[in-house]
Amino acid sequence: MPSRKKITGDLSQKILEHELVPKHEVLSIEEGMRILKEYGVKPEQLPWLRASDPVAKAIGAKPGDIVRIIRKSPTGGEIVVYRYVVPG
Amino acid sequence: MSEEKVIAAVKFGILSPDEIRKMSVVQVTSPETYYEDGTPKAFSVMDPRLGAIEPGQVCPVCGNTMKACPGHFGHIELALPVINVLFVKHIYDLLKATCPRCGRLKIPPEVFEKYRRYLLKLRERHPYLAKLFAENIKRQAMKASVCPYCGAKQPKIRLEKPITFYEEDPETRDKIRLNPREIRRRLEMIPNEDLELLGYDPKDARPEWMVLTVLPVPPTSIRPSILIETGIRSEDDLTHKLVDIVRTNERLREHLASGAPEIIIDDLWELLQYHVTTYLDNEVPGLPPAKHRSGRPLKTLAQRLRGKEGRFRGNLSGKRVDFSARTVISPDPYLSINEVGVPVEIAKVLTVPEKVTEWNIEELRKYVLNGPYKWPGANYIVTPDGRRIDLRYVRDRKSIAESLAPGYIVERHIKDGDIVLFNRQPSLHRMSMMGHVVKVLPGRTFRLHLAVCPPYNADFDGDEMNLHVPQTEDARAEARILLKVQNHILTPRYGGVIIGAIQDYVSGAYILTIKSTLLEKEEVVELLAAAGIVKELPEPAILSPKKYWTGKQVVSLFLPENFNYHGKSNISSGNLRCDDINCFWDSYIVVKQGKLLMGVLDKKPIGAEQQDSLLYWLCKEYGVETCATFMDRVFRLFIRTLEIKGFTLRLDDVEVDEETRKQIIDILNKAFEKVKDLVDRYVRRELEVVPGRSLEESLEIKILEVLAEARDRAGELVVSKLSPINFAFAMARTGARGNVLNLTQMMATLGQMTVRGERIWRGYMGRYLPHFKRNDLGAIARGFVVNSFCSGLSVTEMFMHAAGGREGLVDTAVRTSQSGYMQRRLINALLDLYVEYDYTVRDSTGSIIQFAYGEDKADPSKAPHGKLLNVERVIERVLGGAM
Repeated sequence: MPSRKKITGDLSQKILEHELVPKHEVLSIEEGMRILKEYGVKPEQLPWLRASDPVAKAIGAKPGDIVRIIRKSPTGGEIVVYRYVVPG
Repeated sequence: MSEEKVIAAVKFGILSPDEIRKMSVVQVTSPETYYEDGTPKAFSVMDPRLGAIEPGQVCPVCGNTMKACPGHFGHIELALPVINVLFVKHIYDLLKATCPRCGRLKIPPEVFEKYRRYLLKLRERHPYLAKLFAENIKRQAMKASVCPYCGAKQPKIRLEKPITFYEEDPETRDKIRLNPREIRRRLEMIPNEDLELLGYDPKDARPEWMVLTVLPVPPTSIRPSILIETGIRSEDDLTHKLVDIVRTNERLREHLASGAPEIIIDDLWELLQYHVTTYLDNEVPGLPPAKHRSGRPLKTLAQRLRGKEGRFRGNLSGKRVDFSARTVISPDPYLSINEVGVPVEIAKVLTVPEKVTEWNIEELRKYVLNGPYKWPGANYIVTPDGRRIDLRYVRDRKSIAESLAPGYIVERHIKDGDIVLFNRQPSLHRMSMMGHVVKVLPGRTFRLHLAVCPPYNADFDGDEMNLHVPQTEDARAEARILLKVQNHILTPRYGGVIIGAIQDYVSGAYILTIKSTLLEKEEVVELLAAAGIVKELPEPAILSPKKYWTGKQVVSLFLPENFNYHGKSNISSGNLRCDDINCFWDSYIVVKQGKLLMGVLDKKPIGAEQQDSLLYWLCKEYGVETCATFMDRVFRLFIRTLEIKGFTLRLDDVEVDEETRKQIIDILNKAFEKVKDLVDRYVRRELEVVPGRSLEESLEIKILEVLAEARDRAGELVVSKLSPINFAFAMARTGARGNVLNLTQMMATLGQMTVRGERIWRGYMGRYLPHFKRNDLGAIARGFVVNSFCSGLSVTEMFMHAAGGREGLVDTAVRTSQSGYMQRRLINALLDLYVEYDYTVRDSTGSIIQFAYGEDKADPSKAPHGKLLNVERVIERVLGGAM
């Protein structure tokens, strides 16, 4: 089996430009705390995002970060969701 | 009252040999279970110390009788250790992850401490991640080829299903079998700290306990023997298996003591392993299941828990209940949609506990006097001190009725007005179980209103339904407020009405509201009487020479006075199509100020499973109560209309005249010519190929196209000649039942029969039936049915039609089982999700699944088509009433 090439450097940034990849951004600590407070949850009660996820790597999200994703939804137009970055 | 405690956590561990011995009351050594006189033998698996099982017997251990003795465990000391099948996977992983020489987990000492601290931290904050991490450590340890502690070369461990382990030398490739004793020795060597790193808690689960040295013997009460009438005792499957284990174990022990040759020992050891394995799980892959003398596989421990009839799915998730009934259903249009007709016979069995108060004591006395066999009566009385009096065995009911006082509870028969839950399987959505108000009726079937058939997906070809009687005041209140049928008129699936007019109701509505229906006063009065209202008649539409009322006027009597609506009806299609109030065909409905001014009522405005209909807005704006009464009344009106006018489908409705018949034949012959032409071109290989298809496929596609078109044209021809008062046509047009295709098949031609989307060709060599020439690609030979249901099918046509029909049946059978399984898995995954007050979707731990329900926070049954507000509707409501 041919080994998969590691996605690095420019290529890893390129995936962010793909039209099917929604906008991801790492939140600051204060902002993250605000979100947690808003929903009244512990960070691990948010949906997870693996640190090994290509997008997480591209935006430099580290385990413990909270990522905001703004994506399109067939029912809700543009919606905002949050994910908690976990190791792996 | 005992102290109230809260369960903080549940933890599972493995029983250690010491614990097994500690909880044991007897060491079992005797394979014989009974003495000749039939008394159970001591030190056998039926030892009396294992618990009192006969009535009157006193337990020698706890001193209780059968009723209170919980049973006690015994134990078997195994002569040689055996592997517990249920832990084979764990043993395999542990053997691979640790060094066979020093027993350490093969993780380099440098990172050991780091991993340990990280794992502890994870376990505190993210227990799920901790599991993942431990799994990762295990995988890393299994990869090491040299022990980082003692430097020993690591052999390869292989598991031969189901329970034999082999060790393979990495260099010589010699295979050595590992016996359970050796495995246990290795597992013993693993230090506690290393186990913690793998996610085991060594306090509750030392790995060597996964190899059994002592086997617990469960109390006799969980494996009762059955006494057959002939006096022969039949033991439980578990007892049989335990006897096998004891017998083998004792033989093995004797051979060991006498120093028998190794082969004999190994054979017996293996046999013991087999018995213990099947005792735990008799469906281990790769092992023949232990059989009963009759050849039936034994039901051992794992089989008791597993599967649909197992302890979990069969006894814990769901159980058999009292206060329920099941019987055949049949229709009753004179009930309310909220009601269910219950046979008297059933009403005498189902009861409701009612507390005696000053205000109901007289009534309840009457019920008690009537007793259990006369409806409405009562079956039991519960006195304030908790005694239950069975009224079947009370000789003097009069005195007991006299003794009734506040504080007593009477379990009286259900009567009219009680609320019950009514259900039809498969319960696919929440409308499969709704609250109905009881109406006790003669007869032996449950009766229900026809309009509630769609939510239950019920018909009356022998369907049975279940009924449950809520037993607490809370449950009844909940049922009345939330579960009644009227609260489910709007479905949460797409926000339309799921309860509405079907079949004859639609036909009746149409017949009543067409322009040609003019009613005399007597007729109007009769209709209103059927609907059950008393109301002043409006001014007749025609005053002279005789007073006549229109059907629309009659329907208007039931609409709220300020209701406005406009929209198309179902007949508004084809040449009867109307898009606004300039409508010649009466197919555009206008309701102003509660008066049906124009348009006929049919499936679109009042039918079930319709969106944005008249009925929908009526329910939405005037509440479900109004809506339910409207349906109750108006549907009875429609039925009575049909009864007066007479409405049926007769043979001459679907008969065609000679000329039309000729035209149909003409159309078909022309199509056959085209087919022949296509076949000729195919034979000459001149046919143009459809992209991506072979020549043969292209031919088939084209032939199907030609023949489908011919059938449609024949259908159009026939339908265009139908009279508007033709009953079959009226039903198809109003949406009551059937469609143009059904009419075509009845009147013109059945058209092409297909199996798996292809023309029928399988059967004899080169042909479907021996009546045709080989390799005949023509229309008739490949399943085109020229005849209609009216003209009758030829023999060959009948066979081809049956072939197509059979496929449909098979498909539905396969689909239901597959979708049922899918539903089960979906529900299991989604069942405890809920919408929090902040509109987030959460699971049972409070974790967020979706940040806004449906991403638009809309409940389809509350919001019209997901929008907060339908502006057009607001305008209609305010201004639509202007005349």
